Amino acid sequence: MTLTEGRTGSAGAGPESLLDLATRVAGWARDGEQIEAFVARGRDTEVRVFEGEVESLSSAESAGIGIRVVTRHRQGFAYAGSLDDDVIAETLADARDNAGFATEDEHLGLAGPDGVVPVALDLWRDELAAYPTEAKIEQAIALERAVRAGDRRIRQLRASEWGDAAVESAVVTSTGIAAASRRTACYLSAEAIAGDGDDTQTGSGYSVGRGPSDLDLDRAAADSVLRATRLLGAVKPRSTHLTAVLEPRITATLLSILAGTLDGESVLKGRSLFAERVGEEVAVPGLTLVDDPTDPDAYSAATHDAEGLATRRNVLIDAGVLAMFLYNTYSARRAGTASTGSAVRAGYRSGPGTGARAVSLVPGTASPEQIYAQVGEGLLVQSVSGIHSGVNPVSGDFSVGAEGVLIKDGALAGPVREFTIASTLQRMLSDVVAVGNDLERLPSSASGLTIAIADISMSGQ
Amino acid sequence: MLIDEAVIEGVLGAALRRGGDFAEVFAEDRRGTGARLDDGRVEDLASGRERGAGIRVVSGETTGFAHTSDLSEAGLRTAAEAAAAAARQGGGGVRTVAFRRVHAPAPTDVAVLPETVAKAEKVALLRRADEAARRAGGSIRQVSALYGDSRRRILVANSEGVLASDDQVKTRFAVSAVASGDTGMQTGRESVGATIGFEMFDSVSVEDLAAAASTRALTKLRARPAPSGRVPVVIKQGSGGVLFHEACGHGLEADLVAKDSSVFKGKVGELVASPLVTLVDDGTMGPEWGAIAVDDEGHRAQRNVLIENGVLTDYMWDWLRARKEGRPGSGNGRRESYQHLPMVRMTNTYVLAGGEDPDEIIRQTPYGVYVAQLGGGQVNTATGDFVFGMTEAYLIEDGRITEPLRDANLIGNGPEVLRNIDVVGNDFAMGSPGTCGKDGQGVPVGDGQPTLRVTGLTVGGTAR
Repeated sequence: MTLTEGRTGSAGAGPESLLDLATRVAGWARDGEQIEAFVARGRDTEVRVFEGEVESLSSAESAGIGIRVVTRHRQGFAYAGSLDDDVIAETLADARDNAGFATEDEHLGLAGPDGVVPVALDLWRDELAAYPTEAKIEQAIALERAVRAGDRRIRQLRASEWGDAAVESAVVTSTGIAAASRRTACYLSAEAIAGDGDDTQTGSGYSVGRGPSDLDLDRAAADSVLRATRLLGAVKPRSTHLTAVLEPRITATLLSILAGTLDGESVLKGRSLFAERVGEEVAVPGLTLVDDPTDPDAYSAATHDAEGLATRRNVLIDAGVLAMFLYNTYSARRAGTASTGSAVRAGYRSGPGTGARAVSLVPGTASPEQIYAQVGEGLLVQSVSGIHSGVNPVSGDFSVGAEGVLIKDGALAGPVREFTIASTLQRMLSDVVAVGNDLERLPSSASGLTIAIADISMSGQ
Repeated sequence: MLIDEAVIEGVLGAALRRGGDFAEVFAEDRRGTGARLDDGRVEDLASGRERGAGIRVVSGETTGFAHTSDLSEAGLRTAAEAAAAAARQGGGGVRTVAFRRVHAPAPTDVAVLPETVAKAEKVALLRRADEAARRAGGSIRQVSALYGDSRRRILVANSEGVLASDDQVKTRFAVSAVASGDTGMQTGRESVGATIGFEMFDSVSVEDLAAAASTRALTKLRARPAPSGRVPVVIKQGSGGVLFHEACGHGLEADLVAKDSSVFKGKVGELVASPLVTLVDDGTMGPEWGAIAVDDEGHRAQRNVLIENGVLTDYMWDWLRARKEGRPGSGNGRRESYQHLPMVRMTNTYVLAGGEDPDEIIRQTPYGVYVAQLGGGQVNTATGDFVFGMTEAYLIEDGRITEPLRDANLIGNGPEVLRNIDVVGNDFAMGSPGTCGKDGQGVPVGDGQPTLRVTGLTVGGTAR
């Protein structure tokens, strides 16, 4: 069973590198036309086990191209899930044709070299390609076993999984951009179901890294066991207002939402809560929010943004004061400023938008336990649901389902479930009463740490 | 046909050459166009194309899966061998397959294939929507509009002889508006989508959609914070299907039931909801968003009654789970694309109409919340706890709809909420097109319901 022999470079004979391919496509630009070619190739494996057996094993390579054409200040885009020459030619023709129907906009244009030198980051692990499928299966089975052994109340696992991916990409423009990057990632993930009598609760745990040696199976198992079992006996709490302590995962979710309101495109289009507020105090002085894809420890670290510009460290909120917004090339030109290297894209199927890549709060000094003690009476939030349906980043309304543990006399007390927590994004930033020292790298565009926010509405009974 | 019948036979043979109980080829060719207008400008017209095949081999309890964008015989054979290796080697043997073509009627006849419509005509819809949304009032500060169409042709063949194909054409349109006033900014959104061609716009006015989105945003400028705590909730027809999708739909998926991940496990034949509730999942319901002729395993779409007068009658099934139980499937094996394994998914899920006049339901509610539009939701099927967001809601006071409320999530427990439905209206409407996410895969689904009341749901507002 060898599905993932280490294959480097391109598939097939006479491999053309992705950078060469993108360069060739960008070279097809006609007079007065700009072309951007983004090509990506990925290889991934997913192993799911159930009751000691492999339930499914998927493995595949996929590749695609997204082409952006700008002609006479009009933009068109087309993509295809193939790197065959005839498909690429058809995709380019589509993108050209599409440009004819877009509105003319003087700010449209591809990125050009801006002199910022990309940091050197090592995001690729050869050890992943060499890691045999059998070992991946063993890891997923060992994780399932560890979760079951973790507590006699673990009744079942909804999933125990190994996953990995190796992705290479290149972006080249006819305006002088040429960037290539590659990264590997792998994870172990478990979702435990704990039961006690009629009571059932679930908890998830995971470990992520760039290569197998980064993974911590025991921690993933222990996390899912703790989270599922500590909710057993949870009750629906009474409605009240209290201080909510957010676990690192929850803080990361909140930071991702916040970063979304600080993108320059939303500001220009009148959709940001924070438009016109640069230089103003928008948060407590203890809060500094940074987007830093150059941080080698950030899971989502990257040398280049989606338009091929070097990434950089951007301080968004500096000691409570709104410092800047994030821009890609288009939104920056429109705002009369320069790109902050913040173009992002969801694979080859979309053109570049603007967004944060690796946001984090600058850690404080308190441990989670010290924060519980400081809060005295409150709530520790361990999971939230309904982010998409209950957070309105335009109005700032924030209302999500939650599960967690009440804090009494400065320590964790009884578990609670089936309630919501609510406030507004604006108020939450001003109500932060503690920032923890427990920075945790998470598989997302945000890192997390424990924070405490006062005056949260808890809706229950 | 995406792949020649003889090639499929060869590929299935290769997949099972070293053993295995079952092999399947799923080929897909998807093309689509999307156009977006924002800030008064047509920003992007994008078109895309994806083509490939996923090959599944099942050996005992293990499923091996591989996919390829190469539909040549060589490409398919390589993927078949990878899938077979993943499913482990067994006894081996040669298998011949005699295909039976699955005849399934298309849920709708498509009159105008979107690919035959000029791009300029699609873009013109966006401009009309933008103008109409801005005409709704000076407080409308921003408008975005989205047009999208897709055509997905699939072919499924398996070693049991199933050979089926479908040609799924979908068209959608959405408008979002931002209104700004003394109380800050508010948003309104309206969308339509159907398993149908460009003729959708013969019966859908983009101007009406735009006006509805703007009105929603403007109304919320005078909204007050939603209540905090448990209150009676009346849900308008066609706006709350997501409640059933989350409260019980996912919990009735046989794969979750089998993994002890559903509160509805072992409850077939029991009263699990108010006797007023009859819940149906219906893939044949054209031209709704979740309509299909066959599912992504080649099984004909069906109308399945899941809950009848409050009694749980059946779960939803895919091939794998139905085989384990030795029973027929239900046409619910679906996948996002050829790059994914199928699993149990809903199609169009709805509650049948009851007997009460919807206005009377409001009149008989002394205090509560009236929900006129819901956003998405999320459920933990193992506990039954679920949330869903309200994006247009009002207070009910003394049997009358009064003030608008700000956005908030509602939270409840599936089995409890189903029991607490105490009135069901004699109206009915399907809701907006949805994308249902499960294990990282999104598939198009529809939902619908009559106006109904839940005696108590927790509203997650901030009102003191």
